Amino acid sequence: MFQIYCPYCEELREEEEFHPKGEAHIARPLDPEACSDEEWGDYLFFRDNPRGVHHELWVHAVGCRKFFNITRHTVSYEILETYRMGEQPTITAESVSGDLAGRESAATARQEGVRA
Amino acid sequence: MQRYSGFGLVKHALSHHENWQRQWRNPAPKKQYDVIIVGGGGHGLATAYYLAKEHGVKNIAVLEKGWLGGGNTARNTTIVRSNYLWDEAAALYEHAMKLWEGLSQDINYNVMFSQRGVLNLGHTLQDMRDIQRRVNANRLNGIDGEVLDAKGVQEIVPILDCSKRARYPVLGASWQPRAGVARHDAVAWGYARAADALGVDLLQNTEVTGFKIRDGRVFGVHTNRGDIEAKTVGCVTAGNSGVLAKMAGFRLPLESHPLQALVSEPLKPILDTVVMSNHVHGYISQSDKGDLVIGAGIDGYNGYGQRGSYPTVEHTLQAIVEMFPIFSRVRMNRQWGGIVDTCPDACPILSKTPVKGLFFNCGWGTGGFKATPGSGHVFAASLAKGEMHPLAAPFSIDRFHTGALVDEHGAAGVAH
Repeated sequence: MFQIYCPYCEELREEEEFHPKGEAHIARPLDPEACSDEEWGDYLFFRDNPRGVHHELWVHAVGCRKFFNITRHTVSYEILETYRMGEQPTITAESVSGDLAGRESAATARQEGVRA
Repeated sequence: MQRYSGFGLVKHALSHHENWQRQWRNPAPKKQYDVIIVGGGGHGLATAYYLAKEHGVKNIAVLEKGWLGGGNTARNTTIVRSNYLWDEAAALYEHAMKLWEGLSQDINYNVMFSQRGVLNLGHTLQDMRDIQRRVNANRLNGIDGEVLDAKGVQEIVPILDCSKRARYPVLGASWQPRAGVARHDAVAWGYARAADALGVDLLQNTEVTGFKIRDGRVFGVHTNRGDIEAKTVGCVTAGNSGVLAKMAGFRLPLESHPLQALVSEPLKPILDTVVMSNHVHGYISQSDKGDLVIGAGIDGYNGYGQRGSYPTVEHTLQAIVEMFPIFSRVRMNRQWGGIVDTCPDACPILSKTPVKGLFFNCGWGTGGFKATPGSGHVFAASLAKGEMHPLAAPFSIDRFHTGALVDEHGAAGVAH
């Protein structure tokens, strides 16, 4: 179970108070009518879905009910930071150190177990 | 390939079962193949088998980063059904159902396909209207189905709480008698053995680390065991499809989520069918070994860790106990997760890609196992011809730009 730090409540709370809402920082096109089918489809449906550092939108559904962002690792599930709407992440896939990559391979080895 | 039969069993008994042939070879990778299948799960192995058997392709490799059938093929709850709403999806899943019905004979491997029927329960008036609509659509498509009222459901599953006292009373169900379960490991092993017998190289511990692409055309893959060339590459990698697409330089409309399942301690036979409920959200059957096999919802967040979260287990078991108060003191034995690649319209992607010669078969989300033979069959035909099979054509990636989605959230069985 995650312990998630809500950047508005400024407290650690249990995962069940929150709902994940998918990838963060997807800006709605300013003029949807001017979008091509390609651009509109990309906006609606296509996602990065990375194996690694992921920025995602969450809502503190049964708390303050505010939306905020989490940077989380999708293999180790480690929460790297939480930040308010409108802010930019300080930790990104490019900025993470080899230390994190090491922890990822350890997590992968644990979950995938023996090889054939 | 040594054929399996009752007579063979008796013959091998005379030598104390010590001389059974290995089920498949463990070959070294060749430099070059006609077709490479990335992913040695059920769908990938079925694709290789039908390519070799029906399309005469001689030189095929299946590349698997771990061991055969070690991913979602062996992590699902083994339910097989074809009662999907829309014509496109119903045709694809029913194609698979027809192949299931002759599969054990076809691949000479007992996949323990048991057509014990599947109930999809309705708990609200709207559920019942949707069930009626779906069953009518199924029957127009030649798929068996009946709408049952609560009394009819109770007759099939006496232990289900169909009383009016329940928090979410059972009002009825859709019933597909031809649906059922199959032994998932046997499906992977059976396809692997049959494909190997037709000369397919099954390369385990062989992880694809990149694609060789020139002028927008694929001509091979990089792996941890060296480069392998092929003009046609089919990716059947479920939860990791997004990672492979990124290697090839494009994105997919997929999100990978953990989906978990759990089994109880073995019990004496008590449940001889499959019960699913979208509304309280759980599904359950009993394996031949006696364990209750219970399916859960996906974790809402993206994840590649093959484990599920405890809140999801708790919600699922609440649903099961709501439906079956008799199971309230059954102890759970094991719990695990698989990574499902969910698609926005809850339908798969069987498609060409922006890279010529590179095909993807992915996006099966929470319900790929039931489609294994059909998926492999139509994907093999598509790889052989270079054009998508008519049953696969509606499931192109293009639909996310044209808007021609096939919305199967209602029939997919798991809320996303």
